[in-house]
Amino acid sequence: MKIISKEVLADCAGTRIVKLTLSAPEISRKAKAGQFVVVMACEKGERIPLTIVGADSKAETITLIFQETGLSTKTLGALSAGDNLYALVGPLGHATDHGLAACGKVILVAGGVGIAEIYPVAKSLKQAGNNITVVIGAKTKELLILEKELKDIADKVYVVTDDGSYGRKGFTTAALEELLKQGEYDLVYNVGPIPMMKKAAEISRSFNTRAIVSLNALMVDATGMCGCCRVTVAGQVKFSCVDGPEFEADKIDWEELEKRNCMYLDKEKHICKLKFS
Amino acid sequence: MRREPVKARELAADKRADSFDEVVAGYSESQAFSEAGRCLQCKNPTCISGCPVGINIKKFIYQITQNDYASAYFTIRETNNFPSICGRVCPAEYQCRKACVLNKSRIAYASSEAINIHFLERFIGDYGMRHNLKVPKEEDARLSKIKVAVVGSGPAGLCCAGELARKGIKVVIFESLQSCGGVLRYGIPGFRLPDEILDYEINYLNRLGVEFKTNVVVGKTILLNELFQQGFDKVFLGLGAGVPSFLGIKGENLCNVYSANEFLTRVNLMSAYKFPEYHTPVNIGEHVLVIGGGNTAMDAARCALRLQKMSGIQPGVSIIYRRTETEMPARRLEIGHAREEGIEFKFLTQPKEFYADEKGFVRGLNALSCKLGDPDSSGRKRPVADEGSDFTIPCDLAIIAVGLQANRVLSSVTPELKTDKYQDIVVDPGSMETSMKNVFAGGDIVGGEGTVIEAMGMAKKAARAIIDKA
Ligand SMILES: Cc1cc2nc3c(=O)[nH]c(=O)nc-3n(C[C@H](O)[C@H](O)[C@H](O)COP(=O)(O)OP(=O)(O)OC[C@H]3O[C@@H](n4cnc5c(N)ncnc54)[C@H](O)[C@@H]3O)c2cc1C
Ligand SMILES: Cc1cc2nc3c(=O)[nH]c(=O)nc-3n(C[C@H](O)[C@H](O)[C@H](O)COP(=O)(O)OP(=O)(O)OC[C@H]3O[C@@H](n4cnc5c(N)ncnc54)[C@H](O)[C@@H]3O)c2cc1C
Ligand code: SF4
Ligand code: SF4
Ligand code: FES
Repeated sequence: MKIISKEVLADCAGTRIVKLTLSAPEISRKAKAGQFVVVMACEKGERIPLTIVGADSKAETITLIFQETGLSTKTLGALSAGDNLYALVGPLGHATDHGLAACGKVILVAGGVGIAEIYPVAKSLKQAGNNITVVIGAKTKELLILEKELKDIADKVYVVTDDGSYGRKGFTTAALEELLKQGEYDLVYNVGPIPMMKKAAEISRSFNTRAIVSLNALMVDATGMCGCCRVTVAGQVKFSCVDGPEFEADKIDWEELEKRNCMYLDKEKHICKLKFS
Repeated sequence: MRREPVKARELAADKRADSFDEVVAGYSESQAFSEAGRCLQCKNPTCISGCPVGINIKKFIYQITQNDYASAYFTIRETNNFPSICGRVCPAEYQCRKACVLNKSRIAYASSEAINIHFLERFIGDYGMRHNLKVPKEEDARLSKIKVAVVGSGPAGLCCAGELARKGIKVVIFESLQSCGGVLRYGIPGFRLPDEILDYEINYLNRLGVEFKTNVVVGKTILLNELFQQGFDKVFLGLGAGVPSFLGIKGENLCNVYSANEFLTRVNLMSAYKFPEYHTPVNIGEHVLVIGGGNTAMDAARCALRLQKMSGIQPGVSIIYRRTETEMPARRLEIGHAREEGIEFKFLTQPKEFYADEKGFVRGLNALSCKLGDPDSSGRKRPVADEGSDFTIPCDLAIIAVGLQANRVLSSVTPELKTDKYQDIVVDPGSMETSMKNVFAGGDIVGGEGTVIEAMGMAKKAARAIIDKA
């Protein structure tokens, strides 16, 4: 659970994205694309889920990339190389379903820190023989991460920024729509804020293209023992941590998820102000 | 003239519900002596047959009357590894006390006349703890080379580990959470079972040489067959029943509708009642509804009441149950405590649908009235909802405590492990061995939700089989 190295990938206009490489022998051997870990930064900390962005079984390390959005991610971001996490458990959740393995042409769409979450999936889908197109977006140039890494593995990479400071100006979902208009794709894989995933799901549906999303429901134990992470998919209640985190985008009750993810907004703001100001 | 049963000391209801301090203080020495003196020392001590592990109740009570507490401790320890824990949480009124000859009731649980065996057991357990009494190790050279992996650190896992370690077997416990104890840690609140009691037993296992590996999910971090590859000779699975059931009604995923497991895990395991010192939040409301009638429902309701008091909210917690008080499966002591603390009970009420405000937060429950019909397979009268009797109960937080199912993380990736239709693990009842050779199981993962002492009973049986077959 020791932090081997730390790197600040982006730090601009109040947004900080941090990369940690952790010693995690057992997890590094088991981790597959699409899976996540639960981290407790300190003894009094929360259990928060973070995607396993990379795993190196030889070096016995895993890599996490996260944005400092609130207290728990800020506490984690304040640690340095050599520090130990209080708890690290995984790999959790299902690996990216390899029913997708050789499905053909895939577009992966992500914005902000979501780019970190699609990276391992893009890599694994490429290795499985698919043609990979990636659409990544950020608010502004300084906040764009993993562009080079994705260019190394993907067949095509499109970059958009909200302010037009780099790549095309606009949103990832608009770029997705354009690509689907221009050509046939077999699958859309998407990670990002809920409104973006919802929009991407609508667009994919309108082109009759299958879409998969990795959901970011709130979690506690992340082993199926609390139901905090429950989402409604095709009218059925699922636990994101053990049944997901990936689901068919088409069938998700987005409104419910969006509301549930705001359940602690007041408390989170309060504690973050209290401890980080 | 026969003496009155001796009540255990308790914190007053108005003084205790704003903290997580332990409610029951237990017997003093003179109280224990007096209660022990009520025991008839029956020629045929029926009480023993009521205890799932068959503690020699008559004998340990006699030893109390002789002021021989150490001997009483060792009498209990012959069959029960954790008397201080069981003395606090065992539903004795459904078990040993129900079978005591002094019990006058014919219903599911004992009347107050039955000897307070659990309080006596607690007194002795705590005496043993205070005096650091230990059952001697019985190391057996034949066993010293054996390595056993115990998966899950609930009462079943802890008990099995202790039994094996005492014989000199090398035991490693794998637990998926960050701390050990299973339900004893994340479910049962500190006001019923303080962390120190659990920690004492865990430290003792540590000293016996048991190794604890927390943050390991067997089936994810490491697979079952890999344990054997790593040199373990046998495996014991004490995975528990930790998956919450829901009602399957509309509105159950609204904000502020919790499963009892989530609510209790946030409060107990993650210490959300000390937010913001601890970082995990939990919400609380002014009108809290808890659906269910078991121990989980009582614990959730009493935690909610404490959170209300600690945040300066006028207490308002109601328990909604489909049947009546008589059919409630919770411990009678805790039903009484809940009521004393100000929790309301709404019986014969069946939830129909939760409704919300525009932000998606729960605002109330539509419910139906029920009548009791004919007994069902469990022997309890079946509730029959009165169609058309709809009424609403306002609430701003609801907790669902309607049962738990098997933990499936391990079995879902281990097809060789035979499970039944409830996903419980199938075992040979004599040895507790599963369909996989050298893999044993016990506790709630076998036969569903039970009690702490039943879990320990199964674990002991498995430990014996592991030792015999070694
Ligand atoms: C399976 C899974 C994988 C994830 N992987 C990553 C990852 O690789 N990198 C990363 O940066 N984040 C990831 N997340 C999200 C991450 O867990 C949350 O950002 C984190 O829990 C926030 O904690 P906090 O205390 O710092 O912020 P909080 O104070 O809890 O929240 C700050 C803000 O973030 C929002 N928020 C909180 N939790 C989530 C959430 N789960 N999803 C979306 N918004 C949330 C809050 O509503 C609030 O507006 C993942 C989530 C899941 C479920
Ligand atoms: C709120 C509540 C109150 C209760 N009150 C009482 C009471 O007053 N009296 C009473 O007698 N009984 C009570 N019970 C029931 C009692 O707690 C259980 O019967 C008992 O804890 C079962 O013990 P166990 O060891 O089988 O499982 P558990 O206590 O459930 O422990 C199982 C452990 O295994 C871990 N685990 C599961 N899967 C894995 C895996 N794949 N890898 C690693 N670890 C894993 C879990 O994290 C957990 O820590 C209560 C239950 C609840 C929920
Ligand atoms: S363990 Fe429980 S059932 Fe057995 S004697 Fe003690 S209180 Fe009674
Ligand atoms: S049945 Fe009751 S009175 Fe008789 S020995 Fe047992 S505890 Fe004592
Ligand atoms: S986070 Fe607890 S069940 Fe998924």
